[in-house]
Amino acid sequence: MTEPRQVEKIAGTVAPYEQNYDTGIVTAPAGLLDSTVDAGLELQIRSQWSYARQRFLRHRLAMIGLVGLIIIFGCGAFASYVAPYTFDQIDLTNVLHGPTLKAHHLFGTDEIGRDYLSRVIYGIRTSEQVGLVVAAVSTIFGLILGAIAGYYGGWIDNILMRFTDLVLTLPALAILLTVAALIETSHSNFAQLINQFGDQWTITIILAGFFWTGIARIVRGVFLSLREKEYVEAAKASGAGDMRIIFRHVLPNTLGPVIVNATLAVAAAIITEAFLSFLGFGIKPPGASLGSLIAGGQQFPQKWWLTVLPGLVLVTIVLCVNFVGDGLRDALDPQQRRVRA
Amino acid sequence: MLTYITRRILYSIPVLVVSSFLSFVFVSEAGDPLANLRQNPRTTQGILTQLEHVYHLDQPVVLRYWYWVKDVFNFHHPLGVSLATSQPIWPDIHRAFGHTLQVILLAEICAIILGVAVGIFSAVRQYSVFDYTFTSISFLGYAMPTFWLALLLQILFVDIYLKWHVRIFYTSGLNNHGNATWSFDRLQHIALPVATLSIVSFALYSRYMRASMLDVINSDYVRTARAKGLPERLVVMRHVVRNALIPIVTVAALNFGALLGGAIVTETVFTLDGMGYYFIQKLGQEDVYAVMGYLIVTSVLIVVFNLLADLCYGFLDPRIRYD
Repeated sequence: MTEPRQVEKIAGTVAPYEQNYDTGIVTAPAGLLDSTVDAGLELQIRSQWSYARQRFLRHRLAMIGLVGLIIIFGCGAFASYVAPYTFDQIDLTNVLHGPTLKAHHLFGTDEIGRDYLSRVIYGIRTSEQVGLVVAAVSTIFGLILGAIAGYYGGWIDNILMRFTDLVLTLPALAILLTVAALIETSHSNFAQLINQFGDQWTITIILAGFFWTGIARIVRGVFLSLREKEYVEAAKASGAGDMRIIFRHVLPNTLGPVIVNATLAVAAAIITEAFLSFLGFGIKPPGASLGSLIAGGQQFPQKWWLTVLPGLVLVTIVLCVNFVGDGLRDALDPQQRRVRA
Repeated sequence: MLTYITRRILYSIPVLVVSSFLSFVFVSEAGDPLANLRQNPRTTQGILTQLEHVYHLDQPVVLRYWYWVKDVFNFHHPLGVSLATSQPIWPDIHRAFGHTLQVILLAEICAIILGVAVGIFSAVRQYSVFDYTFTSISFLGYAMPTFWLALLLQILFVDIYLKWHVRIFYTSGLNNHGNATWSFDRLQHIALPVATLSIVSFALYSRYMRASMLDVINSDYVRTARAKGLPERLVVMRHVVRNALIPIVTVAALNFGALLGGAIVTETVFTLDGMGYYFIQKLGQEDVYAVMGYLIVTSVLIVVFNLLADLCYGFLDPRIRYD
């Protein structure tokens, strides 16, 4: 993404553009500006990012997904304003009612009369926090380690690759479950440290610990191929330090796939958290996440709304995230465009 | 070929050793195999110390790992004895494994047949209504958590039974009468778990098959086949599908690991006596050796399936050489 900026093709351009390589600002030759202004044409300088943004904004499914996400995550973020009740307000006169418009129980009530819509909205908030934090933390972590491993190689690279191999050849879900289930009972300092933040953040830390390897692999791959490129060599020859090469010349090129993967990691983290909470090893009552709500509803198979509605919200979130991720891939990474839809 | 297999097997041994060691350290450090006994007020400290000594619990973790490895390869009681229940672990895992394998294999077969058929059709009629319908379905399939799908099916069939008193499928357990592996009764029980797992994998297979069909369908030799006047049906069935199926083999083998993971929730929802259900129960009881037994068996399985996938790949696609 750091190639010299492109300028929209304008008839009759002859004089060369000048780019200040420190600021990235392109200056059009003076004569050209005058002549275009004279001709009534607008000279538009566009970066790769603005092309990407344009491609993204034109992606219909991605836009639908984005709007959906903004609505759902917005509800979650402002749960205390949006939800008609608090998530733990008990009403024993109104137990296990189906969804009605009466008394605003749009999603019905649960086994101790708590308004289910409010619980789902607070559940969205929990799931959303877990998903976003896991994606952010694992992306930053994976980016740093992947960059070091890919650029310097050596033992860091070796350990990293063996570790990701390990993760790939093992029943990851089962190991994740084991960690999540046993970390509470553990008496080690590390476990105590993690546990003191409460179950939501314990789960977040565990998930981030599992998710960073994917990003690290991708970043490492890009670094491995780019560090041999002529332009990196040229940068080295002109005296650029390692940090400058990593951050200015190579890292921006990894951002496309990294952003796509970070987006998809949000969905994966939300689903995995729901999976853990569903099995009782994630978020525990009275806290609510979408997974633990579904788990609670499981005890009442005839009260369909208790399982179906939070699940529908979960599926919608994941669908929206996947749409946005697809749109981002098409926009940021046009070469990697897969045969799709 | 033989050297390749040997090398792969030799390579997977350290992977298994390292992973099992790490899991062992974590599991045995976090879980307490004598937790049940400790809660019993009649257990004296003397008994506990004695048990800890007999089961080497007072030893450093590396030594305990060594004893555990010896237990795993013990001929009479492979995988050792559970300290929580004093039961040998292998018979339980062996039985549960049979059930899980039955479910997973049926699910794989259903998903592959359906997924490949839909993938072929979607690719041949690209951008048709059929194609769009199944594209949407597979998007949904990707987004749908396995446990929620399992619950939906369960709710649906419980409702059908309660409303119309028709028993189509059972929603829990394995057998109502007898213990036959292949009986109508058994099929009624495992139909829903199989359906859950195959719907989830179906999305994957149909997508991959479609993409790989589209890769092949535009290649030169397919154009040649058409140019020499072969009917389209033959072109597709003989020339395109055969080559398009190759990547599916890898997907199928990799999906096996995912199915083992999916089996955990599916079996928990349908209370089916399989590996996943066993694992969740033992995890809840902090039965560390049983948990380790599950982990090592599934790890070995996944390693074996990855190897099989690579071998099949080389077998089906002669362009790939292993040396």
